[in-house]
Amino acid sequence: MKKVNKRVIPGFGLSMGVTLSLLSIIVIIPLASLVVFTSQMSLSDILKTITRDRVVASFEVSFLTAFIASAINAVMGVVLAWVLVRYDFPFKRIVDGMIELPFALPTAVAGIALTSLTSDQGIIGKFFAKFGIKIAYTRIGIVVALVFIGIPFVVRSVQPVLEKLDGSFEEAAGVMGASRARIFRKVIFPEIRPAVFTGFGLALGRCIGEYGSVVFIAGNMPFKTEITPLIIMSELQEYDYASATAIALVMLLFAFLLLFAVNLIQSRNAKILKGG
Amino acid sequence: MHENKIGSRFVKWLLICVSILFIFLMLVLPLITVISEAFRSGWETYKQAVTDEYTIKAALLTVEATLFAVIINTIFGVFAAWTITKFHFKGKKLLTTLIDIPVTVSPIIAGLIYVLTFGRQSFLYPYLKELDIDIVFAIPGIVLATIFVTFPFISRELIPVLEAQGTDEEEAAALMGARGTTIFRRITFPHIKWAFLYGIVLCTARAMGEFGAVSVLSGHLRGKTNTLPLHVEILFNEFKYVPAFAVSSILVMMAIIILVIRSVVEYIGKKET
Amino acid sequence: MKGRILLLTLSAVLAVTSFTACSKNDGKEKSDDGKVTITNVSYDPTRELYAAYNKVFAKHWKEKSGQDVEVTQSHGGSGKQALEVANGLEADVVTLALEYDVKEVENAGLIDEGWVDEFDKDSSPYTSTIVFLVRKGNPKNIKDWDDLIKDDVGIITPNPKTSGGARWNYLAAWAYAQKLYNNDEEKVKEFVKKLYQNVLVLDSGARGATTTFVENGQGDVLLAWENEAYLSLQDYPDDYEIVTPSISILAQPSVAIVDEVVDDRGTRDVATEYLSYLYSDEAQRIAGDNFYRPSNETILQEYKDVFNLDINLVTIDDFGGWDEAQKKHFADGGVFDQIYEGQS
Repeated sequence: MKKVNKRVIPGFGLSMGVTLSLLSIIVIIPLASLVVFTSQMSLSDILKTITRDRVVASFEVSFLTAFIASAINAVMGVVLAWVLVRYDFPFKRIVDGMIELPFALPTAVAGIALTSLTSDQGIIGKFFAKFGIKIAYTRIGIVVALVFIGIPFVVRSVQPVLEKLDGSFEEAAGVMGASRARIFRKVIFPEIRPAVFTGFGLALGRCIGEYGSVVFIAGNMPFKTEITPLIIMSELQEYDYASATAIALVMLLFAFLLLFAVNLIQSRNAKILKGG
Repeated sequence: MHENKIGSRFVKWLLICVSILFIFLMLVLPLITVISEAFRSGWETYKQAVTDEYTIKAALLTVEATLFAVIINTIFGVFAAWTITKFHFKGKKLLTTLIDIPVTVSPIIAGLIYVLTFGRQSFLYPYLKELDIDIVFAIPGIVLATIFVTFPFISRELIPVLEAQGTDEEEAAALMGARGTTIFRRITFPHIKWAFLYGIVLCTARAMGEFGAVSVLSGHLRGKTNTLPLHVEILFNEFKYVPAFAVSSILVMMAIIILVIRSVVEYIGKKET
Repeated sequence: MKGRILLLTLSAVLAVTSFTACSKNDGKEKSDDGKVTITNVSYDPTRELYAAYNKVFAKHWKEKSGQDVEVTQSHGGSGKQALEVANGLEADVVTLALEYDVKEVENAGLIDEGWVDEFDKDSSPYTSTIVFLVRKGNPKNIKDWDDLIKDDVGIITPNPKTSGGARWNYLAAWAYAQKLYNNDEEKVKEFVKKLYQNVLVLDSGARGATTTFVENGQGDVLLAWENEAYLSLQDYPDDYEIVTPSISILAQPSVAIVDEVVDDRGTRDVATEYLSYLYSDEAQRIAGDNFYRPSNETILQEYKDVFNLDINLVTIDDFGGWDEAQKKHFADGGVFDQIYEGQS
């Protein structure tokens, strides 16, 4: 069956060609130069660079905050997409339209605006300060900035799928007496799961690498709130290209593995869906 | 059944309230901050910042880079999504992963890799110089960086939808002898219409706002290679707090215009079907 | 199979040509006889200074050579700017925050050796120093560096590893402690460590630090370049005051001609004149008006009401030059890293 597929639908050569050549020019060749550059360092030097205490601490900060922020976005993204597709309420169009705004705002501006809101002098910060919670200049602040950056990913991956999913499934299930929670778990969630994973993966990747907004809100204290991209920046500032690219390569590798895992899960899901 | 309805209404409004609260805190408040900072010193300062010669040049460059990015990524997105969902081949997961990589690459690294590839340290540099082609620290570099950061956006929107749809309809059409373009236009495209629209909007918004990668590649030549986000950065670094926010508000407005266009298209389109 | 390969190559070629086509039309503009363009790559807070100077210089050059000159400005973090020039950003002249950054361009082979002596005063036409910006009334009574290590004082300063300018802040504190403890290295280290433990937010750049201090109200004292402190004071005259410590460091921004570029473009004459005219009385006053200390002593005296001229200034030479200072303090594993080591 699979073998036949290839021949049945026309255009494989052309579309593969365009895909690969653009991919090579824009992504693969430039990324390769990163690898080439790092390979000028000996392996032990690379290891030494990336296992420095401060670098390791920054990996921890970056990955942890990015993971929390993406998890929040995954949950909120599904809720938002659901609300936007299934319900009618006042200002729905406006809410829908706002989802992409975090992309359009330069990240630095977003960072500055969020910091001024969440520092203990800002509106939100004042409120939380009453409970002794500091947002800006802590890891919580980093998470806030990353949530902002990642909002559109999950919403916009899930939304089209939900839109395509017509209500008849659930109605049928509902008529047969299934509870709402059950309908969601058994009928809807499996359908949107690949999209949720895609969105989550992209948001996570984006968050790990985010620099512009985070530097303003993080406080940048070594070992506490210093993110990996900032370390890369400081290596560049010292003209230490080799260290910078070595650390960058670790991030890249991680991003690659992460996405690969997401894609694996997703394609497995797709197979289950199609009953294959 | 009746009970169920009341319950569902409760859930509905709960979800709506949660969503609106989230949007308000995470999106509306920061935006209000930007706008109010932009007008802090009054309308005159705002007008001056926005109509500044360099601001206008930066805006034009931003539009140019965005257009390029959207066009290239649209072409790429459609072909890539088609390749990935309609055919089976070895290395498909690797391919999808490679397409996603740009989103997860830190913008600084994104800029850096182009500098390493085309900059003065690269072995390509003498040849480029010979041909009189400037890539880094010139407009092509900015365009490249913008394409890079928005690279997967359109294909990523299309793939889940196409995947959910399967290949049966296309196969049937192909067996009946339809040409590739016809299949795409008549069968595939109607399915992906909305996802396509989301992708373009996402791509446009992100392309306009991209800062990190472009910042590494631009050289910040005033009036030549400054995009709006870079202009914002420069103003900010020059202790021009209010004008920086004023220029940011242009970006917000550009985004709003695009989102309005999208809503209109969507509204008309959905009414028809 | 053959068809597929053909298509593959075809589309690859198409993509490449369309791309180079779009980069071609952006080729270099050749200067015609009447007009010359030069690019000045500078660092962040010099925009006003050079905006004013470029006008004056255009007039001067027109009188001198009959040619119109247009100066394209580029501003950014000093280290980043240096890196970009080293990577092919075509700058005719660089005017950066520290000698170390210009040296980096030299190491890349773009600037010939000996540039430091090409212009007066180590090629620093204007200087600055590090001062304290405190909140109005100076509630924590901060007078000098030793007040900064008190437990209840919150400091805002950029990270010396990401901000070239912030290295002066660090070195100024070091210089004070060196004098205080009579060069007892361990005690000096302890002092600087204590100081950085009081740092609340370590922003990546000077402007970010100022925002943290001014807009977001964090900390009691901002360590800043004198010219930047004056700019903040100009915006909020009622909220802040400047405190000049007893010892600080002479921050010397460096200027240099980028030899490879000017030879390539044939702009050496105008570039040389651009930098040497910075030492003219007229240009020195522009520097003073922008809160940089003019390097011309006579003109500096004209600004004695603005600047505290009694301050004791050490120079980078007291640290054995930039290479030495960089290696000892800011390189990976250097003293600055040690300050943060072992605490989390």
